[in-house]
Amino acid sequence: MLEKWTGEVSVINIGATKEEGGSRRQVIKVGGQATLPFLSGEGVLANKPVVAFEVWDIAPSDWPAGLAKAYADVFSDPLAWAEKCVKEYKAGLICLRLQGAHPEFGNKTPDEEAKLVGELLKKVDVPLIILGCGDDAKDNLVLPVCCQAAKNERCLVGSAAQDNYKTLSVAVLADGHNIIAESPIDINIAKQLNILISDMGLALDHIVINPTIGALGYGLEYAYSIMERARLAALAGDKTVACPFICFVGQESWRAKEAKASEQEFPCWGPESERGVIWEAVTATALIQAGADILVMRHPQAIEKVNKYIDELMKG
Amino acid sequence: MAFSGLDIYKLLPKTNCRECGLVTCLAFAMQLAKKAASIDKCPYLSTEAKKALEESALAPIKLITIGTGNSKLEVGNETVLFRHEEKFHHPCGLGFIIEDSLGDSEIKERLDKINKLVFERVGQELKVNLVAVRQTGDKEKFIRATELVFNNTQLGLVLMSEETEALKEALIKVRERKPLIYHATLENMAVVSKLAQEFQCPLVATALDLDKLSSLTRELNSQGVGELVLDVGATSLKDKIWDLTQIRRRALKKSDRSLGYPTLSIIENEDPYEETMEAATCIAKYANIVLIKGIEPAEVLSLLTLRQNIYTDPQKPLQIEPKLYPVGKAGDKSPVLVTTNFSLTYYTVLGEVEASKIPSFIISVDTEGMSVLTGWAAEKFTPEKITDSINKAGLAEVVSHKRLIIPGYVAVMSGDLEDKSGWQVVVGPKEAAGIPSFLKNL
Repeated sequence: MLEKWTGEVSVINIGATKEEGGSRRQVIKVGGQATLPFLSGEGVLANKPVVAFEVWDIAPSDWPAGLAKAYADVFSDPLAWAEKCVKEYKAGLICLRLQGAHPEFGNKTPDEEAKLVGELLKKVDVPLIILGCGDDAKDNLVLPVCCQAAKNERCLVGSAAQDNYKTLSVAVLADGHNIIAESPIDINIAKQLNILISDMGLALDHIVINPTIGALGYGLEYAYSIMERARLAALAGDKTVACPFICFVGQESWRAKEAKASEQEFPCWGPESERGVIWEAVTATALIQAGADILVMRHPQAIEKVNKYIDELMKG
Repeated sequence: MAFSGLDIYKLLPKTNCRECGLVTCLAFAMQLAKKAASIDKCPYLSTEAKKALEESALAPIKLITIGTGNSKLEVGNETVLFRHEEKFHHPCGLGFIIEDSLGDSEIKERLDKINKLVFERVGQELKVNLVAVRQTGDKEKFIRATELVFNNTQLGLVLMSEETEALKEALIKVRERKPLIYHATLENMAVVSKLAQEFQCPLVATALDLDKLSSLTRELNSQGVGELVLDVGATSLKDKIWDLTQIRRRALKKSDRSLGYPTLSIIENEDPYEETMEAATCIAKYANIVLIKGIEPAEVLSLLTLRQNIYTDPQKPLQIEPKLYPVGKAGDKSPVLVTTNFSLTYYTVLGEVEASKIPSFIISVDTEGMSVLTGWAAEKFTPEKITDSINKAGLAEVVSHKRLIIPGYVAVMSGDLEDKSGWQVVVGPKEAAGIPSFLKNL
């Protein structure tokens, strides 16, 4: 029994090649689905979900040991960190989080961060996602200069929120990037924010929705259903929610007690080395089934498994 | 699909005789559609109309019971394709395949581990459901393994064999457990359907495509076997998603009764991570029973947690009893943290307070299961409500200080809360993750 969908998810291009005025080795396309996840017998699945490796500008202090271990040699050198992801783990997309700009975590200046973005673009040639530190006032100073430093590289930059989208929208528009629009597990706010941003002149095919997920066991089902609802609306023709989704799987999964707690603390949960990876991989799995397009993840082993899973599902 | 009031009206006599107790046939039809009246109330209904109405009143996906007593598993009776439309009703059963080629001690060891796979999350007990014995060699070994499993676990059973004689002998040994028989195919149907009838056990119907599966269940039905579970055989994960979706759609949207049964997915992947991800996919996408081989706690815990998430009623969030909870050896000097009675919020706060290793009290306010911000916006998490909770818990007698820690997101209520409660308010962190460092620096 085939459903007749009338709409489809918009296609976002991340990264620009030399021919397009950038310096990335390839463009990553996300979106373009004309049916629900992996029902290729019913509609076109133009692009597959992609995984981005999360890289920080400072050494994260709250990553559990089992996760931090994977990057121990590069933890305080973002350039080497990004390079390791690309060379050793074959990352096709890097997500740089400028946590060090936060007033409480180092308070790096906008110029320092812009310089880092410029250097990172020289160090690796994969497309880039740039995230602020989460402090609105500071992000509004930092992100515009970072957008400038990455001019014409067609990055994905975030996040814009309902009460703070103008500064970022202007910067993203001026320098030819895409924007992440964040809404707190609320489809109406997601819709509203997309309209506000497109009213600023940034077209809907430059917007990616961050539905703010919870990890497996920590509110996953809320984002799961919001994403299903938004995707159904998109397939029914509502262009204002027909944007790809970005899900911060690593950030949420590694906060979960089940991913962090030692086997000593919870003997009946099994070794934490496997548990953390499973928690991140299963969180990603469920969200991919709800329609996730970009998954920002952390553990190389979880990423490897998720990439293989996606490839299997896109076969044939 | 169930009939609408108007569909039903067309089948009624339209005489407005009032013998059903309602003023018009249309009013009666509307009551029937809401399932607020019984069709027996109409004495003039034609036999055909009655049959049509009775059929439409049947659940589009049949409820099937496997096992008995405490470990009974009920699956099916699903009514929607997406959980936000209503909810998913009967949590998918999770089971483990044990092959009869394993030695006795290995089987026992495995069962011992499986029996221990019980976890607690947000106040609920998460349990596994089934053990499936699979024949790989001769019949005797299969019977022996089946008995071993029967004697060493209380969980529901699945008997997996291609040899009907082996199934029969195993059924004789374990019939009282009401196992699921795997399986009837177009080839062995005549014999296996008799076993299902003789032993009164549910039966898996396997066919390689949905049309064949549909004819198989019709055939089984005509032989009097109606307790069925659907299986489309060993296919790729992508095909599993397709088939499971098609079965659910055809049962619900096309009222296809031949596919109106719960589904079974068997995961065959030796890599524990991949096995978990495939099983997780089937749990999310309409499988009613999932069989895996891996028994590692981390794998099983993640799958049971996903099942809990997916099958939670979206309209009724999990709640805990609103009251004062001591954490660790809390005493009269211990800090008091205020939060809501939404399970997820409470248990997240609890986890962080435990992690801080600082004995504390958590007072959970009755917000009808709403989180901090939602509860605040909906006026369920207000200075009045918090004051009520403090008084009800007799907090002033429990601690010797008068300080409350409230979530950072509701800092704006501080002044009002101080006025209403007479307690001094300290604004805590916005996110629970900030609690340990907050408590240490208090």
